[in-house]
Amino acid sequence: MKLKPIVMIVASSLLIPSVFAASDAQRGQQLAMQGDGSGAPCLACHGANGEGNAAGAFPMLAGLDEGYLFRTMKAYQDGTRVNPVMSMNIDNFKEQDLLDLAAYFSQLSVPKPSAPSATTELLEAGEKLATLGNWDAYIPPCSSCHGPNNQGVDENFPRIAGQHASYIEQQLKAWQQGQRTSDPVQLMEAIAKRLSDEQIKAVAAYLASQPAQ
Amino acid sequence: MTTLSKITFGMAALFTASFSVAVIGAQSKAPEEIKLPTPKPGQYEHKAPTLADIQNDKDLHPELRKVILKGRDLFMNTQQLRGEYVFNDMNCKSCHMGEGRMAWSGPIWPAATTLPDFRGKNGHVNSLEERIAGCFSFSMNGTPPAYGSDTMLALSAYHQYMAKGAKMYDKNIAGRGFGHLGKDIPEATTYANGEKVYQANCAICHGSDGAGKKFAGEIVYPPLWGDGSYNWGAGMTRIFTAASFIQNNMPLGQPGRLTDQEAWDVALFINSQERPQDPRYTGDAKETREKFMNFHNATVYGTEVNGKILGQHDNTGEKPFLKPEALKPRTFK
Repeated sequence: MKLKPIVMIVASSLLIPSVFAASDAQRGQQLAMQGDGSGAPCLACHGANGEGNAAGAFPMLAGLDEGYLFRTMKAYQDGTRVNPVMSMNIDNFKEQDLLDLAAYFSQLSVPKPSAPSATTELLEAGEKLATLGNWDAYIPPCSSCHGPNNQGVDENFPRIAGQHASYIEQQLKAWQQGQRTSDPVQLMEAIAKRLSDEQIKAVAAYLASQPAQ
Repeated sequence: MTTLSKITFGMAALFTASFSVAVIGAQSKAPEEIKLPTPKPGQYEHKAPTLADIQNDKDLHPELRKVILKGRDLFMNTQQLRGEYVFNDMNCKSCHMGEGRMAWSGPIWPAATTLPDFRGKNGHVNSLEERIAGCFSFSMNGTPPAYGSDTMLALSAYHQYMAKGAKMYDKNIAGRGFGHLGKDIPEATTYANGEKVYQANCAICHGSDGAGKKFAGEIVYPPLWGDGSYNWGAGMTRIFTAASFIQNNMPLGQPGRLTDQEAWDVALFINSQERPQDPRYTGDAKETREKFMNFHNATVYGTEVNGKILGQHDNTGEKPFLKPEALKPRTFK
């Protein structure tokens, strides 16, 4: 086991961009207002406070893990996440820009979730799936990866509590349709492909109703 | 080896690991496909009750329902016993996936239908409570709640309810325990390949250092080695047990994703790392290995790996003692 510490150091230096320390949230804020020069600025869809927009299925970004935000923007650039609007509006950003944007959005305070518009039955079905899973169908509870109360764990397992239901639904379907392949070890893809439309609706409604902390 | 060549080797190993991602990906089936062993002809199968069944079973006295639900709660969140009976980061559900209900994931109901029975591990007839005590002593690196205590009653009640409707004393059970790959480690199994499989498939959750991950103080991904993990006496330290568990349950939600050989390799790699001492330790790991060869013939404990004898240490992790009182022989005349 003499080798292990060295492998670990090399591995971690590859996984965590060392330039993180140099990210500039203030510059990120400017970029969020300006855009990448050829498209809409971030704030046009994601809101002035990173709150997103439920009607447009634009995700809330405020307070998400910095590494996750960076990884996600990179995924839109390298095509492992496909969304015509995002790709178009983000393609001119350089790596440093993405780091600064990630720093900016991760530092924004989390907005309170709006009152759930879903029916009680749907929310209950969603709660059951999210907290207990459905092991007979090999669907583990969301929190087994996304952490206690689905507040996220790290750059690979983001907070999903309090996220807009429309966006969660859209993303689970993106996994089903092969438009999102950026998840490590295809962990989310495997589960997403086992979910029915009804289950997706229910789990998205429940997660959206949960407070982001 | 000079430091420089170690680093070069380390980097080479890393690049090999990242290359093997593509190879493994190409060999594997679609991630959503559930590939589990087929039960052998004549094997008994039982569908264990769900949480909703416990909640809605009209035959249950309300007091019994409370006890069973308490048992389930302890099973799912065993960390509530931390510092008293549990001295590592594990929960029952860490190894008995799917609420302890699922075939191929260490279902717990067979313990209720087949015990009391003779167990080779300790060489005498064990009750259900004694079997649970084994998990506390080894997998949880702790000490069992007292026989007949409220906590033990709750846990055994949950086990027994999971067996509702199951056939008593039929031991030919499909998906019981972890052993579908057989007990013989294939010759091709290597630590180096195991490390590649680990870094490509497991490290994302369990960490490159095997320490697992916590969030807000709660354990999300259990540690696979080190002080927070199962000790050297746990069934999971057996290479065949870990290989079978891994193949049918890991990565989470992808049963059958790894090939047989990948499962063997990664099981060897994980179980070649240090962990808290076997409570049966005599003071010498080689001697302990010999003394409990009926168990350790399937582990690498007390053998030399990477220049060190595994388990030759006094580290009991967070547990302030070596051997729980409950681990004692039993004889009948």
